[in-house]
Amino acid sequence: MRKLIKWFKHQQILTISAPIVLLIAWEFFSRMEILDPRFFPPPTLILQTLIDMGAGGELFHHIGVSLLRIFCGFLLGVIPAICIGLFMGMYKWFKTFFSPIIMIFMPIPTLAMLPIILILFGIGEFSKMVTIAISVFFPVAINTAAGVANIDPIYTDVAKNFQASSKDFFLKIALPGSLPVMLEGIQMGQAIALLTIVAAEMIGANSGIGYVIWMNYKAFLLPEMYVGLLLISFFGYFFSLLLRGLERKLLPWK
Amino acid sequence: MFKIQIRQLEKQFVKQHQYVDVLENISIDIKKGEFVCLLGPSGCGKTTLLRILAGLEKPSLGDISIQHENKQNPLQSMVFQESGVIPWMTVEENVSFGLKMRHMPTDYIHEQTNHYLEKVGLRRFRKLYPKELSGGMKQRVSIARAFANNPEILLMDEPFAALDEQNKFILQEELLSIWQETEKTVLFITHSIDEALLLSDRILLMSAQPGKIIEDLPIQMQRPRSIEQVRASEDMTNTFLNIWEHLHREVKHARSANH
Repeated sequence: MRKLIKWFKHQQILTISAPIVLLIAWEFFSRMEILDPRFFPPPTLILQTLIDMGAGGELFHHIGVSLLRIFCGFLLGVIPAICIGLFMGMYKWFKTFFSPIIMIFMPIPTLAMLPIILILFGIGEFSKMVTIAISVFFPVAINTAAGVANIDPIYTDVAKNFQASSKDFFLKIALPGSLPVMLEGIQMGQAIALLTIVAAEMIGANSGIGYVIWMNYKAFLLPEMYVGLLLISFFGYFFSLLLRGLERKLLPWK
Repeated sequence: MFKIQIRQLEKQFVKQHQYVDVLENISIDIKKGEFVCLLGPSGCGKTTLLRILAGLEKPSLGDISIQHENKQNPLQSMVFQESGVIPWMTVEENVSFGLKMRHMPTDYIHEQTNHYLEKVGLRRFRKLYPKELSGGMKQRVSIARAFANNPEILLMDEPFAALDEQNKFILQEELLSIWQETEKTVLFITHSIDEALLLSDRILLMSAQPGKIIEDLPIQMQRPRSIEQVRASEDMTNTFLNIWEHLHREVKHARSANH
Protein backbone atom coordinates (compact mmCIF):
# COMPACT_ATOMS: atom_id res chain seq x y z
CA MET A 1 0.00 0.00 0.00
CA ARG A 2 2.73 2.39 0.97
CA LYS A 3 4.61 1.44 -2.12
CA LEU A 4 1.50 2.17 -4.17
CA ILE A 5 1.13 5.65 -2.67
CA LYS A 6 4.78 6.31 -3.28
CA TRP A 7 4.46 5.23 -6.88
CA PHE A 8 1.37 7.40 -7.27
CA LYS A 9 3.18 10.46 -5.93
CA HIS A 10 6.07 9.67 -8.17
CA GLN A 11 3.71 9.67 -11.16
CA GLN A 12 2.13 12.96 -10.19
CA ILE A 13 5.53 14.58 -9.93
CA LEU A 14 6.42 13.25 -13.37
CA THR A 15 3.17 14.55 -14.83
CA ILE A 16 3.63 18.12 -13.67
CA SER A 17 7.38 18.20 -14.18
CA ALA A 18 7.28 18.15 -17.99
CA PRO A 19 5.42 21.45 -18.44
CA ILE A 20 7.44 23.06 -15.66
CA VAL A 21 10.72 22.06 -17.26
CA LEU A 22 9.46 23.41 -20.57
CA LEU A 23 8.45 26.73 -19.01
CA ILE A 24 11.77 27.13 -17.18
CA ALA A 25 13.72 26.37 -20.34
CA TRP A 26 11.60 28.84 -22.28
CA GLU A 27 12.06 31.53 -19.65
CA PHE A 28 15.80 30.91 -19.54
CA PHE A 29 16.40 30.87 -23.30
CA SER A 30 14.23 33.90 -23.81
CA ARG A 31 15.92 35.92 -21.07
CA MET A 32 19.32 34.89 -22.42
CA GLU A 33 18.11 35.94 -25.86
CA ILE A 34 19.01 32.56 -27.27
CA LEU A 35 15.38 32.51 -28.35
CA ASP A 36 14.35 35.83 -29.85
CA PRO A 37 12.26 37.42 -27.05
CA ARG A 38 10.34 39.44 -29.63
CA PHE A 39 8.81 36.22 -30.94
CA PHE A 40 9.07 34.13 -27.79
CA PRO A 41 8.55 36.49 -24.86
CA PRO A 42 9.37 34.88 -21.50
CA PRO A 43 6.43 33.18 -19.73
CA THR A 44 6.62 35.55 -16.77
CA LEU A 45 6.07 38.45 -19.15
CA ILE A 46 3.09 36.69 -20.71
CA LEU A 47 1.66 36.15 -17.26
CA GLN A 48 2.15 39.81 -16.41
CA THR A 49 0.43 40.75 -19.67
CA LEU A 50 -2.46 38.45 -18.79
CA ILE A 51 -2.89 40.21 -15.45
CA ASP A 52 -2.73 43.65 -17.09
CA MET A 53 -5.24 42.69 -19.77
CA GLY A 54 -7.50 41.19 -17.14
CA ALA A 55 -7.36 44.40 -15.10
CA GLY A 56 -8.46 46.32 -18.19
CA GLY A 57 -11.64 44.26 -18.27
CA GLU A 58 -11.85 43.98 -22.04
CA LEU A 59 -10.34 40.52 -21.95
CA PHE A 60 -13.31 39.19 -20.00
CA HIS A 61 -15.61 40.51 -22.65
CA HIS A 62 -13.75 38.51 -25.31
CA ILE A 63 -13.71 35.40 -23.15
CA GLY A 64 -17.42 35.76 -22.43
CA VAL A 65 -18.25 36.14 -26.11
CA SER A 66 -16.25 33.06 -27.07
CA LEU A 67 -17.70 30.94 -24.28
CA LEU A 68 -21.24 31.95 -25.17
CA ARG A 69 -20.64 31.02 -28.81
CA ILE A 70 -19.12 27.69 -27.82
CA PHE A 71 -21.87 26.89 -25.36
CA CYS A 72 -24.79 27.70 -27.66
CA GLY A 73 -23.12 26.23 -30.73
CA PHE A 74 -22.29 23.10 -28.79
CA LEU A 75 -25.89 22.57 -27.69
CA LEU A 76 -27.14 23.41 -31.18
CA GLY A 77 -24.95 20.62 -32.56
CA VAL A 78 -25.08 18.01 -29.81
CA ILE A 79 -28.84 17.80 -29.35
CA PRO A 80 -29.77 16.97 -32.96
CA ALA A 81 -26.66 14.79 -33.20
CA ILE A 82 -27.81 12.63 -30.29
CA CYS A 83 -31.35 12.35 -31.68
CA ILE A 84 -30.20 11.42 -35.16
CA GLY A 85 -27.49 9.13 -33.81
CA LEU A 86 -29.99 7.24 -31.65
CA PHE A 87 -32.32 6.88 -34.61
CA MET A 88 -29.50 5.62 -36.80
CA GLY A 89 -28.49 3.09 -34.18
CA MET A 90 -32.02 1.85 -33.58
CA TYR A 91 -33.42 1.71 -37.10
CA LYS A 92 -31.43 0.12 -39.86
CA TRP A 93 -33.46 1.81 -42.59
CA PHE A 94 -32.78 5.22 -41.13
CA LYS A 95 -29.07 4.50 -41.00
CA THR A 96 -29.07 3.33 -44.62
CA PHE A 97 -30.98 6.43 -45.57
CA PHE A 98 -28.98 8.94 -43.58
CA SER A 99 -25.37 7.79 -43.66
CA PRO A 100 -24.70 8.97 -47.24
CA ILE A 101 -25.54 12.50 -46.13
CA ILE A 102 -23.07 12.24 -43.30
CA MET A 103 -20.45 10.74 -45.61
CA ILE A 104 -20.85 13.63 -48.04
CA PHE A 105 -20.62 16.43 -45.52
CA MET A 106 -18.19 15.02 -42.98
CA PRO A 107 -14.97 15.43 -45.02
CA ILE A 108 -15.64 19.12 -45.69
CA PRO A 109 -13.88 21.25 -43.08
CA THR A 110 -16.52 23.38 -41.42
CA LEU A 111 -14.39 26.47 -42.02
CA ALA A 112 -14.55 25.84 -45.77
CA MET A 113 -18.31 26.11 -45.41
CA LEU A 114 -18.02 29.43 -43.60
CA PRO A 115 -18.84 31.49 -46.73
CA ILE A 116 -22.05 29.52 -47.24
CA ILE A 117 -22.88 29.85 -43.55
CA LEU A 118 -22.33 33.59 -43.76
CA ILE A 119 -24.58 33.84 -46.82
CA LEU A 120 -27.29 31.83 -45.10
CA PHE A 121 -27.13 33.26 -41.59
CA GLY A 122 -25.47 36.64 -41.94
CA ILE A 123 -22.42 37.87 -40.07
CA GLY A 124 -23.96 37.91 -36.59
CA GLU A 125 -23.48 35.66 -33.61
CA PHE A 126 -25.79 32.98 -34.93
CA SER A 127 -23.57 32.07 -37.86
CA LYS A 128 -20.67 31.44 -35.47
CA MET A 129 -22.84 29.16 -33.38
CA VAL A 130 -23.94 27.33 -36.52
CA THR A 131 -20.31 26.83 -37.48
CA ILE A 132 -19.58 25.21 -34.15
CA ALA A 133 -22.78 23.21 -34.26
CA ILE A 134 -21.89 21.69 -37.62
CA SER A 135 -18.39 20.73 -36.55
CA VAL A 136 -19.64 19.15 -33.32
CA PHE A 137 -22.50 17.34 -35.01
CA PHE A 138 -20.54 14.67 -36.88
CA PRO A 139 -18.43 13.05 -34.16
CA VAL A 140 -21.35 13.04 -31.74
CA ALA A 141 -23.85 11.61 -34.25
CA ILE A 142 -21.46 8.92 -35.44
CA ASN A 143 -20.45 7.91 -31.93
CA THR A 144 -24.03 7.81 -30.71
CA ALA A 145 -25.05 5.57 -33.60
CA ALA A 146 -22.09 3.30 -32.91
CA GLY A 147 -22.95 3.29 -29.21
CA VAL A 148 -26.46 2.03 -29.88
CA ALA A 149 -25.32 -0.47 -32.48
CA ASN A 150 -22.80 -1.90 -30.02
CA ILE A 151 -25.33 -2.62 -27.29
CA ASP A 152 -25.25 -6.37 -26.69
CA PRO A 153 -28.31 -7.88 -28.45
CA ILE A 154 -29.05 -9.87 -25.29
CA TYR A 155 -30.32 -6.65 -23.66
CA THR A 156 -32.71 -6.19 -26.56
CA ASP A 157 -33.93 -9.73 -25.93
CA VAL A 158 -34.30 -9.03 -22.22
CA ALA A 159 -36.32 -5.88 -22.95
CA LYS A 160 -38.52 -7.74 -25.41
CA ASN A 161 -39.01 -10.70 -23.12
CA PHE A 162 -40.04 -8.45 -20.26
CA GLN A 163 -42.45 -6.55 -22.54
CA ALA A 164 -40.75 -3.17 -22.65
CA SER A 165 -42.68 -0.66 -24.78
CA SER A 166 -40.70 1.14 -27.48
CA LYS A 167 -40.60 4.22 -25.26
CA ASP A 168 -39.21 2.21 -22.37
CA PHE A 169 -36.77 0.46 -24.67
CA PHE A 170 -35.51 3.83 -25.81
CA LEU A 171 -35.19 5.28 -22.30
CA LYS A 172 -34.02 2.23 -20.35
CA ILE A 173 -31.91 0.36 -22.89
CA ALA A 174 -30.88 2.37 -25.97
CA LEU A 175 -30.08 5.66 -24.27
CA PRO A 176 -28.16 4.45 -21.19
CA GLY A 177 -26.51 1.65 -23.17
CA SER A 178 -25.12 4.02 -25.78
CA LEU A 179 -24.11 6.68 -23.26
CA PRO A 180 -20.45 5.66 -22.76
CA VAL A 181 -19.60 5.80 -26.46
CA MET A 182 -21.79 8.86 -26.92
CA LEU A 183 -19.84 10.72 -24.23
CA GLU A 184 -16.60 9.89 -25.99
CA GLY A 185 -18.07 11.57 -29.05
CA ILE A 186 -19.06 14.61 -26.99
CA GLN A 187 -15.53 14.78 -25.60
CA MET A 188 -14.22 14.83 -29.17
CA GLY A 189 -16.83 17.40 -30.16
CA GLN A 190 -15.73 19.65 -27.34
CA ALA A 191 -12.16 19.70 -28.63
CA ILE A 192 -13.34 20.37 -32.17
CA ALA A 193 -15.64 23.17 -30.99
CA LEU A 194 -12.70 24.99 -29.47
CA LEU A 195 -10.64 24.58 -32.62
CA THR A 196 -13.45 25.84 -34.76
CA ILE A 197 -14.38 28.89 -32.73
CA VAL A 198 -10.84 30.20 -32.63
CA ALA A 199 -10.38 29.74 -36.36
CA ALA A 200 -13.78 31.25 -37.11
CA GLU A 201 -13.06 34.25 -34.93
CA MET A 202 -9.77 34.79 -36.68
CA ILE A 203 -11.50 34.99 -40.03
CA GLY A 204 -14.65 36.97 -39.51
CA ALA A 205 -15.23 38.50 -36.11
CA ASN A 206 -14.49 41.54 -34.03
CA SER A 207 -14.56 39.89 -30.64
CA GLY A 208 -13.62 36.63 -28.99
CA ILE A 209 -10.39 34.84 -28.10
CA GLY A 210 -9.55 34.06 -31.74
CA TYR A 211 -9.94 37.74 -32.54
CA VAL A 212 -7.59 38.64 -29.66
CA ILE A 213 -4.95 36.34 -31.07
CA TRP A 214 -5.26 37.56 -34.63
CA MET A 215 -5.46 41.30 -33.92
CA ASN A 216 -2.50 41.24 -31.56
CA TYR A 217 -0.49 39.28 -34.08
CA LYS A 218 -1.29 41.88 -36.75
CA ALA A 219 -0.32 44.66 -34.36
CA PHE A 220 2.80 42.69 -33.48
CA LEU A 221 1.83 42.60 -29.79
CA LEU A 222 3.12 39.08 -29.28
CA PRO A 223 2.81 38.79 -25.46
CA GLU A 224 -0.87 39.70 -25.90
CA MET A 225 -1.18 37.05 -28.61
CA TYR A 226 0.32 34.46 -26.28
CA VAL A 227 -2.28 35.36 -23.69
CA GLY A 228 -4.92 34.25 -26.19
CA LEU A 229 -3.14 30.94 -26.74
CA LEU A 230 -2.84 30.46 -22.99
CA LEU A 231 -6.58 31.00 -22.58
CA ILE A 232 -7.44 28.41 -25.24
CA SER A 233 -5.17 25.87 -23.63
CA PHE A 234 -6.74 26.58 -20.26
CA PHE A 235 -10.32 26.27 -21.49
CA GLY A 236 -9.58 23.09 -23.43
CA TYR A 237 -8.24 21.49 -20.28
CA PHE A 238 -11.07 22.88 -18.16
CA PHE A 239 -13.79 21.57 -20.51
CA SER A 240 -12.34 18.10 -20.68
CA LEU A 241 -12.12 17.97 -16.87
CA LEU A 242 -15.72 19.11 -16.71
CA LEU A 243 -16.86 16.43 -19.12
CA ARG A 244 -14.89 13.76 -17.32
CA GLY A 245 -16.62 14.74 -14.10
CA LEU A 246 -19.97 14.58 -15.86
CA GLU A 247 -19.07 11.15 -17.19
CA ARG A 248 -18.36 9.87 -13.70
CA LYS A 249 -21.75 11.20 -12.56
CA LEU A 250 -23.66 9.75 -15.50
CA LEU A 251 -21.98 6.35 -15.62
CA PRO A 252 -21.79 5.03 -12.06
CA TRP A 253 -22.13 1.52 -13.45
CA LYS A 254 -18.98 1.64 -15.59
CA MET B 1 -55.27 -29.66 -20.31
CA PHE B 2 -51.53 -29.05 -20.56
CA LYS B 3 -49.76 -25.89 -19.47
CA ILE B 4 -47.51 -25.85 -22.51
CA GLN B 5 -48.43 -27.55 -25.76
CA ILE B 6 -46.14 -27.66 -28.73
CA ARG B 7 -47.44 -29.31 -31.90
CA GLN B 8 -45.34 -30.29 -34.91
CA LEU B 9 -43.04 -27.37 -34.57
CA GLU B 10 -40.48 -26.84 -37.32
CA LYS B 11 -37.83 -24.20 -37.71
CA GLN B 12 -35.58 -23.45 -40.63
CA PHE B 13 -32.85 -20.89 -40.95
CA VAL B 14 -31.29 -19.57 -44.11
CA LYS B 15 -27.54 -19.95 -43.91
CA GLN B 16 -25.37 -19.09 -46.89
CA HIS B 17 -28.36 -19.22 -49.24
CA GLN B 18 -29.35 -22.67 -48.04
CA TYR B 19 -32.16 -23.81 -45.83
CA VAL B 20 -30.98 -25.48 -42.67
CA ASP B 21 -33.44 -27.48 -40.60
CA VAL B 22 -32.91 -26.56 -37.00
CA LEU B 23 -35.96 -28.11 -35.40
CA GLU B 24 -37.93 -30.99 -36.85
CA ASN B 25 -41.35 -32.15 -35.82
CA ILE B 26 -41.23 -31.13 -32.19
CA SER B 27 -44.30 -32.03 -30.14
CA ILE B 28 -44.20 -31.56 -26.39
CA ASP B 29 -46.82 -31.47 -23.66
CA ILE B 30 -45.89 -30.08 -20.28
CA LYS B 31 -48.17 -30.25 -17.26
CA LYS B 32 -48.74 -27.40 -14.88
CA GLY B 33 -46.05 -27.19 -12.21
CA GLU B 34 -43.70 -29.55 -14.01
CA PHE B 35 -39.97 -28.93 -14.13
CA VAL B 36 -38.79 -30.13 -17.52
CA CYS B 37 -35.21 -30.11 -18.78
CA LEU B 38 -34.35 -30.05 -22.45
CA LEU B 39 -31.06 -31.83 -22.76
CA GLY B 40 -29.03 -32.09 -25.92
CA PRO B 41 -25.64 -31.62 -27.53
CA SER B 42 -24.65 -28.06 -28.33
CA GLY B 43 -26.03 -26.81 -31.61
CA CYS B 44 -29.07 -29.10 -31.44
CA GLY B 45 -31.52 -26.21 -31.56
CA LYS B 46 -32.62 -26.29 -27.93
CA THR B 47 -31.93 -22.58 -27.49
CA THR B 48 -33.91 -21.87 -30.67
CA LEU B 49 -36.85 -23.82 -29.26
CA LEU B 50 -36.70 -21.82 -26.06
CA ARG B 51 -36.45 -18.54 -27.94
CA ILE B 52 -39.54 -19.46 -29.94
CA LEU B 53 -41.43 -20.07 -26.71
CA ALA B 54 -40.09 -16.77 -25.37
CA GLY B 55 -41.49 -14.92 -28.38
CA LEU B 56 -38.02 -13.90 -29.53
CA GLU B 57 -38.24 -15.96 -32.70
CA LYS B 58 -41.02 -17.26 -34.89
CA PRO B 59 -41.54 -20.89 -35.80
CA SER B 60 -41.53 -21.85 -39.49
CA LEU B 61 -44.38 -24.29 -38.96
CA GLY B 62 -46.48 -25.68 -36.14
CA ASP B 63 -48.30 -24.40 -33.09
CA ILE B 64 -47.46 -23.40 -29.59
CA SER B 65 -49.92 -22.72 -26.87
CA ILE B 66 -49.27 -21.67 -23.33
CA GLN B 67 -52.29 -21.72 -21.06
CA HIS B 68 -52.89 -18.22 -19.73
CA GLU B 69 -54.80 -18.74 -16.47
CA ASN B 70 -54.30 -15.47 -14.65
CA LYS B 71 -54.55 -12.62 -17.12
CA GLN B 72 -52.78 -10.32 -14.63
CA ASN B 73 -49.58 -12.29 -15.09
CA PRO B 74 -47.30 -12.27 -18.09
CA LEU B 75 -47.23 -15.43 -20.15
CA GLN B 76 -43.55 -16.21 -19.74
CA SER B 77 -40.31 -14.82 -18.42
CA MET B 78 -36.85 -15.95 -19.25
CA VAL B 79 -33.75 -16.46 -17.15
CA PHE B 80 -30.98 -15.55 -19.54
CA GLN B 81 -27.38 -16.67 -19.60
CA GLU B 82 -24.97 -14.83 -17.38
CA SER B 83 -24.67 -11.69 -19.49
CA GLY B 84 -28.42 -11.03 -19.39
CA VAL B 85 -28.27 -8.79 -16.32
CA ILE B 86 -28.41 -5.17 -17.45
CA PRO B 87 -25.18 -3.42 -16.36
CA TRP B 88 -26.59 0.11 -16.06
CA MET B 89 -29.29 -0.93 -13.61
CA THR B 90 -28.72 -1.72 -9.95
CA VAL B 91 -29.56 -5.14 -8.55
CA GLU B 92 -32.89 -3.78 -7.37
CA GLU B 93 -33.71 -2.14 -10.71
CA ASN B 94 -32.86 -5.33 -12.54
CA VAL B 95 -35.12 -7.43 -10.33
CA SER B 96 -38.06 -5.04 -10.69
CA PHE B 97 -37.52 -4.55 -14.43
CA GLY B 98 -40.34 -6.78 -15.68
CA LEU B 99 -42.83 -5.42 -13.15
CA LYS B 100 -41.98 -1.84 -14.08
CA MET B 101 -42.27 -2.55 -17.78
CA ARG B 102 -45.77 -3.85 -17.17
CA HIS B 103 -46.59 -0.76 -15.07
CA MET B 104 -47.66 -2.65 -11.97
CA PRO B 105 -48.67 -0.69 -8.85
CA THR B 106 -45.68 0.61 -6.90
CA ASP B 107 -46.58 -1.29 -3.72
CA TYR B 108 -46.74 -4.56 -5.57
CA ILE B 109 -43.40 -3.90 -7.28
CA HIS B 110 -41.82 -3.18 -3.90
CA GLU B 111 -43.26 -6.25 -2.31
CA GLN B 112 -42.29 -8.64 -5.10
CA THR B 113 -38.82 -7.15 -5.46
CA ASN B 114 -38.09 -7.31 -1.74
CA HIS B 115 -39.44 -10.82 -1.47
CA TYR B 116 -37.22 -12.21 -4.22
CA LEU B 117 -34.18 -10.18 -3.23
CA GLU B 118 -34.57 -11.81 0.18
CA LYS B 119 -35.05 -15.24 -1.39
CA VAL B 120 -31.83 -15.09 -3.37
CA GLY B 121 -29.94 -13.42 -0.51
CA LEU B 122 -29.17 -10.17 -2.32
CA ARG B 123 -31.02 -7.75 -0.10
CA ARG B 124 -27.82 -6.23 1.22
CA PHE B 125 -26.53 -5.77 -2.33
CA ARG B 126 -29.63 -4.16 -3.80
CA LYS B 127 -27.98 -0.82 -4.54
CA LEU B 128 -24.92 -2.32 -6.26
CA TYR B 129 -24.31 -2.44 -9.99
CA PRO B 130 -23.68 -5.80 -11.70
CA LYS B 131 -19.99 -5.04 -12.27
CA GLU B 132 -19.56 -5.32 -8.50
CA LEU B 133 -21.15 -8.80 -8.38
CA SER B 134 -19.70 -12.26 -8.90
CA GLY B 135 -21.03 -14.52 -11.65
CA GLY B 136 -23.15 -16.46 -9.16
CA MET B 137 -24.69 -13.29 -7.76
CA LYS B 138 -25.50 -12.05 -11.25
CA GLN B 139 -27.35 -15.26 -11.97
CA ARG B 140 -29.27 -14.83 -8.72
CA VAL B 141 -30.35 -11.42 -10.00
CA SER B 142 -31.49 -12.99 -13.25
CA ILE B 143 -33.48 -15.67 -11.40
CA ALA B 144 -35.05 -13.16 -9.02
CA ARG B 145 -36.00 -10.95 -11.97
CA ALA B 146 -37.86 -13.75 -13.71
CA PHE B 147 -39.65 -15.02 -10.58
CA ALA B 148 -40.56 -11.51 -9.40
CA ASN B 149 -42.36 -10.93 -12.69
CA ASN B 150 -44.66 -13.79 -11.64
CA PRO B 151 -45.11 -15.32 -15.11
CA GLU B 152 -47.29 -18.27 -16.04
CA ILE B 153 -44.22 -20.26 -17.09
CA LEU B 154 -40.48 -19.81 -16.68
CA LEU B 155 -37.94 -20.42 -19.41
CA MET B 156 -34.30 -20.90 -18.49
CA ASP B 157 -31.50 -20.83 -21.01
CA GLU B 158 -28.50 -22.62 -19.47
CA PRO B 159 -28.44 -20.13 -16.61
CA PHE B 160 -25.61 -21.87 -14.76
CA ALA B 161 -23.40 -22.78 -17.72
CA ALA B 162 -20.79 -20.12 -16.97
CA LEU B 163 -20.50 -20.83 -13.24
CA ASP B 164 -17.88 -22.86 -11.46
CA GLU B 165 -18.82 -26.25 -10.05
CA GLN B 166 -19.48 -25.24 -6.42
CA ASN B 167 -21.50 -22.19 -7.29
CA LYS B 168 -23.48 -24.27 -9.72
CA PHE B 169 -24.53 -26.76 -7.02
CA ILE B 170 -25.48 -23.99 -4.63
CA LEU B 171 -27.55 -22.14 -7.19
CA GLN B 172 -29.24 -25.29 -8.41
CA GLU B 173 -30.44 -26.07 -4.91
CA GLU B 174 -31.55 -22.48 -4.36
CA LEU B 175 -33.48 -22.57 -7.61
CA LEU B 176 -35.21 -25.78 -6.57
CA SER B 177 -36.24 -24.31 -3.25
CA ILE B 178 -37.74 -21.21 -4.84
CA TRP B 179 -39.43 -23.29 -7.50
CA GLN B 180 -40.99 -25.58 -4.93
CA GLU B 181 -42.55 -22.63 -3.15
CA THR B 182 -44.00 -21.08 -6.27
CA GLU B 183 -44.98 -24.26 -8.13
CA LYS B 184 -44.29 -22.64 -11.46
CA THR B 185 -43.96 -24.57 -14.68
CA VAL B 186 -40.34 -24.51 -15.81
CA LEU B 187 -38.66 -25.38 -19.07
CA PHE B 188 -34.93 -25.50 -18.51
CA ILE B 189 -32.21 -25.92 -21.11
CA THR B 190 -28.93 -27.56 -20.29
CA HIS B 191 -26.19 -29.70 -21.75
CA SER B 192 -25.22 -31.04 -18.33
CA ILE B 193 -26.69 -34.45 -17.49
CA ASP B 194 -26.04 -33.99 -13.77
CA GLU B 195 -27.92 -30.73 -13.78
CA ALA B 196 -30.88 -32.26 -15.61
CA LEU B 197 -31.04 -35.22 -13.19
CA LEU B 198 -30.98 -32.99 -10.13
CA LEU B 199 -33.58 -30.53 -11.34
CA SER B 200 -36.16 -32.26 -13.49
CA ASP B 201 -39.41 -34.09 -13.24
CA ARG B 202 -38.87 -35.04 -16.85
CA ILE B 203 -35.92 -34.93 -19.19
CA LEU B 204 -36.47 -34.44 -22.90
CA LEU B 205 -33.48 -35.65 -24.84
CA MET B 206 -32.77 -33.95 -28.14
CA SER B 207 -30.86 -35.21 -31.15
CA ALA B 208 -28.15 -33.29 -32.92
CA GLN B 209 -29.16 -31.08 -35.84
CA PRO B 210 -31.91 -31.10 -36.92
CA GLY B 211 -33.21 -31.14 -33.36
CA LYS B 212 -35.82 -33.75 -32.56
CA ILE B 213 -37.09 -35.10 -29.29
CA ILE B 214 -35.69 -38.63 -29.12
CA GLU B 215 -36.46 -39.61 -25.52
CA ASP B 216 -38.87 -38.56 -22.83
CA LEU B 217 -37.55 -39.74 -19.47
CA PRO B 218 -39.50 -39.23 -16.26
CA ILE B 219 -37.30 -38.74 -13.19
CA GLN B 220 -39.10 -40.15 -10.22
CA MET B 221 -36.75 -39.38 -7.41
CA GLN B 222 -38.53 -37.73 -4.51
CA ARG B 223 -38.02 -34.09 -3.61
CA PRO B 224 -36.39 -32.19 -2.07
CA ARG B 225 -33.30 -33.61 -3.71
CA SER B 226 -29.70 -32.85 -3.04
CA ILE B 227 -26.76 -33.46 -5.27
CA GLU B 228 -25.46 -36.06 -2.80
CA GLN B 229 -28.67 -38.06 -3.07
CA VAL B 230 -28.60 -37.92 -6.84
CA ARG B 231 -25.01 -39.12 -6.85
CA ALA B 232 -25.76 -41.94 -4.41
CA SER B 233 -28.86 -43.32 -6.13
CA GLU B 234 -28.41 -46.36 -8.34
CA ASP B 235 -31.47 -45.51 -10.43
CA MET B 236 -30.05 -42.12 -11.22
CA THR B 237 -26.71 -43.60 -12.18
CA ASN B 238 -28.43 -45.90 -14.63
CA THR B 239 -30.39 -43.02 -16.07
CA PHE B 240 -27.17 -41.04 -16.35
CA LEU B 241 -25.54 -43.84 -18.33
CA ASN B 242 -28.59 -44.24 -20.50
CA ILE B 243 -28.58 -40.54 -21.38
CA TRP B 244 -24.83 -40.53 -21.83
CA GLU B 245 -25.08 -43.31 -24.39
CA HIS B 246 -27.78 -41.45 -26.30
CA LEU B 247 -25.85 -38.23 -26.39
CA HIS B 248 -22.66 -39.98 -27.31
CA ARG B 249 -24.35 -41.64 -30.25
CA GLU B 250 -25.86 -38.34 -31.34
CA VAL B 251 -22.59 -36.48 -31.28
CA LYS B 252 -20.85 -39.25 -33.23
CA HIS B 253 -23.71 -39.40 -35.67
CA ALA B 254 -23.58 -35.67 -36.22
CA ARG B 255 -19.83 -35.79 -36.79
CA SER B 256 -20.00 -38.53 -39.40
CA ALA B 257 -22.83 -36.69 -41.14
CA ASN B 258 -20.70 -33.59 -41.39
CA HIS B 259 -17.69 -35.34 -42.89
